[in-house]
Amino acid sequence: MSKPRDLQPAIPTDALISIRGLRTRLGDKLIFDGVDLDIPRGKITAIMGPSGTGKTTLLRHITGQLGPDAGEVMVDGQNIARIGREALFDLRERIGYLFQNSALLTDFSVFENVAFPLRQHLKLPEELIRNIVLTKLQAVGLRGAAELMPAELSGGMMRRVALARAIVRDPMLIIYDEPFVGLDPIALNQILKLIRTLNQTLGITSILVAHELAAVSRIADQIYLLAAGKIAAHGTPDDLARGETPWTKQFFSGEADGPVPFHYPAPDYATQLGLVGAKP
Amino acid sequence: MSAVRKANLPLGEGIAQIGACGIFLFQILRAIPRSLRHLRETVRQVYFVGAMSLVIIMTCGLFIGMVLGLQLYHTLSIFGGTAALGTVVALSLYRELGPVVTALLFAGRAGTSITAEIGLMRATDQLDAMEMMAVDPMAYVVAPRFLAGIIVMPLLACVFNALGILGAHLVGVSWLGLDNGTFWSNMTSNVDVWDDILNGVWKSTAFGAVITLIATYQGYTTPPTSEGVAYATTRTVVFSSIATLVLDFIMTAFLM
Repeated sequence: MSKPRDLQPAIPTDALISIRGLRTRLGDKLIFDGVDLDIPRGKITAIMGPSGTGKTTLLRHITGQLGPDAGEVMVDGQNIARIGREALFDLRERIGYLFQNSALLTDFSVFENVAFPLRQHLKLPEELIRNIVLTKLQAVGLRGAAELMPAELSGGMMRRVALARAIVRDPMLIIYDEPFVGLDPIALNQILKLIRTLNQTLGITSILVAHELAAVSRIADQIYLLAAGKIAAHGTPDDLARGETPWTKQFFSGEADGPVPFHYPAPDYATQLGLVGAKP
Repeated sequence: MSAVRKANLPLGEGIAQIGACGIFLFQILRAIPRSLRHLRETVRQVYFVGAMSLVIIMTCGLFIGMVLGLQLYHTLSIFGGTAALGTVVALSLYRELGPVVTALLFAGRAGTSITAEIGLMRATDQLDAMEMMAVDPMAYVVAPRFLAGIIVMPLLACVFNALGILGAHLVGVSWLGLDNGTFWSNMTSNVDVWDDILNGVWKSTAFGAVITLIATYQGYTTPPTSEGVAYATTRTVVFSSIATLVLDFIMTAFLM
């Protein structure tokens, strides 16, 4: 059950996104059990946590792809579960989303993929579209690959094209779902700089879901650590690195023993191997 | 609908699927006005499902016409009625064989490609990416393919009929020696544009709508796995073929 409204934490005035009492069940699994969090405007917020804790599901709530069972998700002052489809699409026009698997349109070239949101929503002269697309491709280091098809790109290059597409309309919010997977150290460094530059120069709010602690710590203003359906820890990267809770200790030191089990629930190992009760 | 699903019976599941497909059709019809903004996409789909199907339609049309010519010439010669060959071939093609065989070929060639393409777009998050870019996949992906199917099917059926008559002419006139004038004059005097040709056009338009509805529905709702896409493609062929033959019987009963 979600908490009564007067018991829930107040929403900070500078929060672009506020989530209160979020409760979600997918099938038999309880994903969120009373999550409260705030994403401040103009900051980079990282969402971290063990695999399968619902980080991507949380992003799906924020973008209205999935409705909560209880609680509310407010984005720019609008309750995302209650707004109509048109208002939701208006809101999504101001959000850039980098998918975990890039999700490039395979029929279109790199250039056309990045130009897609511009062509669909704005009536801009072809020359201007060309300049905007090339500028964004230059930012991710792929201006020279503009005419290639997605099938001709490596995983890391596809991710950078998807990033260029996510930022092509200079949105108010960019959501990065695992942006660093498959990037070599040079590309990783450049993408980190780009995320930070977008945040500092244009004041774009960013939500980052990633597992690369060192990379996240370089750019994130705050980190939420999700575990067992709740916010297990919250603070700056330095705060969390110094954290003394069992969750932060285990997550930041990468140990198998702790509140997050490494092994998926299973019967006793020795029993399953037939070693218990066997004659010597 | 969920109560029927819970019964977990093949019949219940089938009824639930038909219901879901009906809702999907309603969503497509609602998306069509918005899809007119993407007219270029509709034209592209007309090329992919229409022009790209021409080779198989023309080849099959020619050979089915040749077989018809041979079989009917043989049968008509028993009664001394070979002069009616052109008429019988034309009526068979315009009223039944043209629309039905074209629909079955269309389901195998274009229906499967529509299902596989949309299914893979679902599996690779392309449909979700469109949603996130505030582009409605129903208007951008599904409705243009549905419209293309409706536009293209009658045209393909006409091409099939034309090649079928040419095939029958090749066999009947060029090979078996039937008089050319008799072949054409009997056909033109006994085939009615409104009763016969238009009858086939209505049928093929309806078949086009049903096949693309099934193909887009199967692709759009497929589980995002390679196995899911494979099953969805198979279901498209099976369901489209059955739906075509059932609908053909119903339409024939009403249009006779």
